[in-house]
Amino acid sequence: MTTLVINITGLLLIVAIVWWFWVAQAGQEKASVSVGDEQTEILVRGGVYEPDHIRLPAGEAATLYFRREDPSPCAEYVLFPDLEVSAQLAVDERTPVRLPAAEPGRYPFTCQMQMYRGTLTVE
Amino acid sequence: MSDTSKENERAPAESRTFRLEGVTCAGCVRSIESALDGVPGVAEARVNLADRTLVVAGSASDDECIAAVEAAGYGAERVRTSERERREQQHAEEQRHYRSLLLRCFLALGLGVPLMAWGLLGGEMMVNTPGQQMAWGVVGLLTLGVLVYCGGHFFTGAWRAFLHHNANMDTLVALGTGAAWLFSMAVVIAPQMLPEMSRHVYFEASAMIIGLINLGQALELRARGRTSAAVEKLLELQDPTARVVHDGEERDLPLEEVQVGDLIRVRPGEKIPVDGTVEEGRSLVDESMLTGEPVPVNKGEGDFLSAGTLNKNGTLLFRAEKVGADTRLAQIIEMVKNAQSSRVPIARLADRISAIFVPTVMIIAVLAALAWYNFGPEPRAAHVLVVLTAVLIIACPCALGLATPMSVMVGVGKGAEYGVLIRNGKALQQASKLHTLVVDKTGTLTEGEPRLTEIEADDSFDGTEEELLELLASLEQGSEHPLAAAVMAAARERELEFLRTEDFEAITAHGVAGRVDGRAVLLGNRKLMQRENIDTGSWDKRVKQLGEEGRTAMYAAVDGRMAGIIAVSDPLREDAKAAVARLQQLGVRIEMLTGDNEGTARAVARQLGIDRVHAELQPEDKEKIIGELQDSGEQVGMAGDGINDAPALARADVGFAIGAGTDVAIETADVTLMRSSLHGVADAIALSRATLRNIKQNLFGAFIYNTLGIPIAAGVLYPFTGALLSPVIAGAAMAMSSVTVVTNANRLRFFQPEGSNAEVATSNSVKSGEA
Repeated sequence: MTTLVINITGLLLIVAIVWWFWVAQAGQEKASVSVGDEQTEILVRGGVYEPDHIRLPAGEAATLYFRREDPSPCAEYVLFPDLEVSAQLAVDERTPVRLPAAEPGRYPFTCQMQMYRGTLTVE
Repeated sequence: MSDTSKENERAPAESRTFRLEGVTCAGCVRSIESALDGVPGVAEARVNLADRTLVVAGSASDDECIAAVEAAGYGAERVRTSERERREQQHAEEQRHYRSLLLRCFLALGLGVPLMAWGLLGGEMMVNTPGQQMAWGVVGLLTLGVLVYCGGHFFTGAWRAFLHHNANMDTLVALGTGAAWLFSMAVVIAPQMLPEMSRHVYFEASAMIIGLINLGQALELRARGRTSAAVEKLLELQDPTARVVHDGEERDLPLEEVQVGDLIRVRPGEKIPVDGTVEEGRSLVDESMLTGEPVPVNKGEGDFLSAGTLNKNGTLLFRAEKVGADTRLAQIIEMVKNAQSSRVPIARLADRISAIFVPTVMIIAVLAALAWYNFGPEPRAAHVLVVLTAVLIIACPCALGLATPMSVMVGVGKGAEYGVLIRNGKALQQASKLHTLVVDKTGTLTEGEPRLTEIEADDSFDGTEEELLELLASLEQGSEHPLAAAVMAAARERELEFLRTEDFEAITAHGVAGRVDGRAVLLGNRKLMQRENIDTGSWDKRVKQLGEEGRTAMYAAVDGRMAGIIAVSDPLREDAKAAVARLQQLGVRIEMLTGDNEGTARAVARQLGIDRVHAELQPEDKEKIIGELQDSGEQVGMAGDGINDAPALARADVGFAIGAGTDVAIETADVTLMRSSLHGVADAIALSRATLRNIKQNLFGAFIYNTLGIPIAAGVLYPFTGALLSPVIAGAAMAMSSVTVVTNANRLRFFQPEGSNAEVATSNSVKSGEA
């Protein structure tokens, strides 16, 4: 009986991992934030960008403001590989990151090691 | 909504910091913040009591903010920080973080090492009696303290990431150490729940892993600091102050306060603080740090000065034209920084794996644990925990993620030291794969300043050679062709008179025509003579002979009859032959492009040992030739001056602009060579290959580490060794893997291309080191 419970728990755990980190993550776009005003900051701390899902209007250049609170070297750079944009973030400072006008689509942004992850949706 | 507030919304929310005076308590904070709230244009004002600073966001001016603070009874002064000061602040911040990581490491190891030693020396690690329960309970609480104080950031990071449907390295560390601690606490609290053989505690593993990973991060931080040494060197080229002359008075101002139009004095031995033009004085200026050119340049009135260059022997008074981020040095620094953090296509696979890495490892850990539970020998519960923890801890997404960016960072920085500015990671990768380099002859292989070498008059010409030159030089006054400059320079040298010219016409790909002093004069190639029905007689043979010697000969006709020929030659660059040989040694085939005739072009190619020549080209042909080479499957690089060859440079897989750092070249080329030498191309190719090799080593190492490490941690060697991998060893391996990647990338700092530029880079390093 214990064996069965443990095996079922293990399999459920695997299903939960797949669902939470891949399936549910894909549906997270609904919770994205429109960053139209200059007051919104993207906080870089504790392994995540907050907010990590951002919406921008298509065809317009924009500036995102990052504030890095995590002093670990992981958080030092933010990269938008598809837009060929990158910026070095200073600790406890607001760093503007200028993005060129982009076509509608999803553009991931990450730290160098891809541990910090976010998605920019241009629509 | 009022107009002002609308304006505020549109205005950029520039954030500035002020240093406050007279601030002592929370009451002061409130009164300053509310004073600023009333200032139009202030979007947000925050006072930090601890460091007595005020940060204001919004479009309000500095003076308005200071006035509001003063009206509230306090003092305020704008804190201006230069890029260099900011770097210093960041260094200080890094140093603090480094010390805090070391402290956490020592505390965690302070508990973990004695516990591990106890176990290794045969001490009891099982919990079977109430006394053992009590003792291990105390140890468990101490370990909890270590987890919270030394490893709390892993747990908070993992939790935040989890809430964002994300999993990262923190997740693995938190799960691994948390599982070991929870299992051990379960053993301590209710040992009877587990079979006797499984009542083993693993507190030492939790503490050791936290200590080792903090140690790994501290070492990585140190090693990473060295990867950005190149930008540091460039930043050190800039002096923090400038001596500004205002109303006859000289004042040392911080660089950030220097404005366009300011008059600046630079004394011998000082660095030029901003870009500008000399108004008074004469001096030698060492520009090697920007152009790679080792010989100092003589600068006088009207000459341009670049920030970061060194004034050698005289005093110069110059007018600031570009300051702050607009100086050439600032643009170079910006470009290097951007390129250092750009992605390389080769990393795409690693990027894809990184994106799914951590959840995948979690699944593998669960599957391995289930396998051990179902099929493993006793003590199963203990084995399950060891395998679960070891798999989670040994997996290192960091090594994989760091493999490429660290090498690019060092490689691009190293390029800057050699005067090779690489636009991005893609250019770096493509430069390493080049088969063919197409080189524009003029200005790249040759000096680009042709000189008149021959003037020979026809017997039928009613005058001397000097008179013929006088006519031709006068005609060429209207031409913008580089050869015209050579003819006019020769006439000036011989102190000839320039005559009145009328009806000047430049006939594309043929030559020039016009009336000089009332006589019809033609100067151009054979096609021009044919077009005008002029018999060139025996001159064709002479023109061919001169062409074979590498000179460009042109026919001259006066009043409808052959008058003679002139020949000009563009001397080869001193280092062109050696640079071509270096490129060929690197396995790159060189093709030369030129508008010159076939004979001249072949003669130059022969002297340089170049295999293929494309002569008599129109400007638009260059791009076409590159296209044809690409269609035949070759990776083609193009080296040109960055302005005239812009379309060809853009078409090539890698465009090398040999433009001594002109703004246009920096903006358009994939690789900009600050020094006007083809050696730079060889340096760039050698460096890109070394960097790609380094990236491949890192990627290979990271893949192998993970693909071997995870199965070993899962216990595949158990049937042969009879033992499982200790989670502590897994933690040490994980901590060392990313340090190894960064250290391997740092090896690139010792890269030295074989050839003449090595000395330049060394001297640059010495200069910036002295600064």
